[in-house]
Amino acid sequence: MTEPVLSVRNLQVEFAARRGTLRAIDGVSFDIAKGEVLGVVGESGAGKSVTGLAVIGLIDPPGRIAGGEIRLAGLRIDNLPPEEMRRIRGKRIGMIFQDPLTSLNPLYKVGDQLVETIRTHLNLSETAARRRAIDLLAEVGIPAPEKRIDGYPHEFSGGMRQRVVIALAICAEPELIIADEPTTALDVSVQAQIISLIKRLGRDHGTAVMLVTHDMGVIAETSDRVAVMYAGRVAEIGPVQDVVKNPLHPYAKGLMGAIPTLAGDDKRLVQIPGSMPRLSAIPRGCSFNPRCASAFDRCRIDRPEPLPRGTQSVACHLYDTVPAESAA
Amino acid sequence: MLAFTLRRAIQAIGVMIAVGIISFSMFRFAGDPVNQMVGMDTSGAERAAIRKSLGLDDPVIVQFGRYIGNAAQFKFGVSYQFRLPVTNLLMERMPATLELAIVATIFAMVSGILMGVYSALRRDSWLAHVFQAVSLIGISLPTFLIGVLMIYLFSVTLGWLPSFGRGDVVHIGWWTTGLLTLSGLKALIMPSITLGLFQMTLIMRLVRAEMLEVMRTDYIRFARARGLTTRAIHFGHALRNTLVPVITVAGLQFGSVIAFAIITETVFQWPGMGLLFVQAVQNVDIPIMAAYLMMVSLIFVTINLVVDILYTIVDPRLRSTVSRAH
Repeated sequence: MTEPVLSVRNLQVEFAARRGTLRAIDGVSFDIAKGEVLGVVGESGAGKSVTGLAVIGLIDPPGRIAGGEIRLAGLRIDNLPPEEMRRIRGKRIGMIFQDPLTSLNPLYKVGDQLVETIRTHLNLSETAARRRAIDLLAEVGIPAPEKRIDGYPHEFSGGMRQRVVIALAICAEPELIIADEPTTALDVSVQAQIISLIKRLGRDHGTAVMLVTHDMGVIAETSDRVAVMYAGRVAEIGPVQDVVKNPLHPYAKGLMGAIPTLAGDDKRLVQIPGSMPRLSAIPRGCSFNPRCASAFDRCRIDRPEPLPRGTQSVACHLYDTVPAESAA
Repeated sequence: MLAFTLRRAIQAIGVMIAVGIISFSMFRFAGDPVNQMVGMDTSGAERAAIRKSLGLDDPVIVQFGRYIGNAAQFKFGVSYQFRLPVTNLLMERMPATLELAIVATIFAMVSGILMGVYSALRRDSWLAHVFQAVSLIGISLPTFLIGVLMIYLFSVTLGWLPSFGRGDVVHIGWWTTGLLTLSGLKALIMPSITLGLFQMTLIMRLVRAEMLEVMRTDYIRFARARGLTTRAIHFGHALRNTLVPVITVAGLQFGSVIAFAIITETVFQWPGMGLLFVQAVQNVDIPIMAAYLMMVSLIFVTINLVVDILYTIVDPRLRSTVSRAH
């Protein structure tokens, strides 16, 4: 197997709070291969966005990467000096944020922001950078780019602004794009366009994509593999069709059960009782145990480690070699 | 854009007429102007003749129209104490005040922005804490006290700087400047620091607060995610966004700098309009007071207008809302 573009091993992110440290990410591991789209799902506060920010090195104090390692095409990047990490950001890793309305500096023309980013990372002249900026705008589907390049962000609609943001993220041909809820702030019709754009860009350039979202529909449509996160850990990870059709982890089952279908059966959607624990009060053992219908004694004591099971990997004692029946 | 400028200009004229009413009514509140011109032994007939020759028996509205008409041509009558046209007196004093105010504002903006940016970016450094402490002093100590303390230290004790006056000035046409002679520059140091200190602390605190705010925005986070250099993020992106409100405040403050100059000019015996005004108040010299009021208002209104226009240059969003509104 060739080396993955992104390899995260046992990542831990902590935030120093007034009362002790809070561990937002606790032992997350995953790989993304070239040209692959990894969807990361979970409830709000599951640590999806923090994982993305950790990869691109934008965890600000009081937060810090407390352990584990992040490798970009083999190069360890979680402990690089700030200036070297800065050179990687935007050049080798592009990032797209949730809200296109606030991601662009309102006082600069979109062209100036593109040219600035291009010239930061590539050794191009002003005119060459501008030509490249126009090409990029055309590539992300902005009509009349040679005219729009001199527009200000407020002259673009939300969807168009997200296209500009994407153009900014890919302007130096990064190997990895982290898209943090790229469609959440957009209309449903625009969402589909943006998703297919990200998908197409990933395919055309062989870019690996980490797609953070809480929208299972988006994941099912876009991703090759999916990681389900819960309370700062990966509960289950595997190929998207397997996880969607045959979820293993009780939490993943709950999530999949909560997706409405158009099939017409008017069963009530499954609801997972309770809510995710606060970071300051993560229960002992499996962090999902208070909400889990299949929880047994061991879940309240031992923390489950990820176990391979077929194409999937799941962190749940139900699938451990010690059968559930014996403990129950 | 043109329509916007025009509309603002019309508003400005409205404000000036309102100020005109106030300054016109000053003459009437201060008693009968004829009494102040003539001696005790002037007869009633003579008084009436003066009254008629000055047009004081015309209806108020006619007198007001005449006053505004004259004011629009910068004719403000004759000073009671100096027996000279007020306009000449003011014009003679204006360069001193404007020079002081401009130097003070430049001092306030440059040091205020630098200190503000520094204390926003290095929030926990000891120097930032020093700046915060200094700004507290600048905001809470009255101007005259700082001026007097500086005179005591630098003029009386150390003898480095002159304690009063403008030093040697050079005439350029009708303008007089102290910027071209050593003694003029030395004389300018303490008054401009005294005058600018309050604005400096204001700007510093504003820049710091705005900059901290801007650094938290999504577009700064996105700029970092794009791998821009720290320098480009701080000074290209953050500072420019910070400057939008700073321009307004600094611009409007320029008006108050001129108004505050009254105190500074008195402390340092600076031969400007403020000192002239203080003398006028002591001698109940209404024409000078009224004219000073009009002049300061005119400066305020003009600055407001310029700031509004500057705003649209810095912030493109305003440009389009402005043109869309018409």
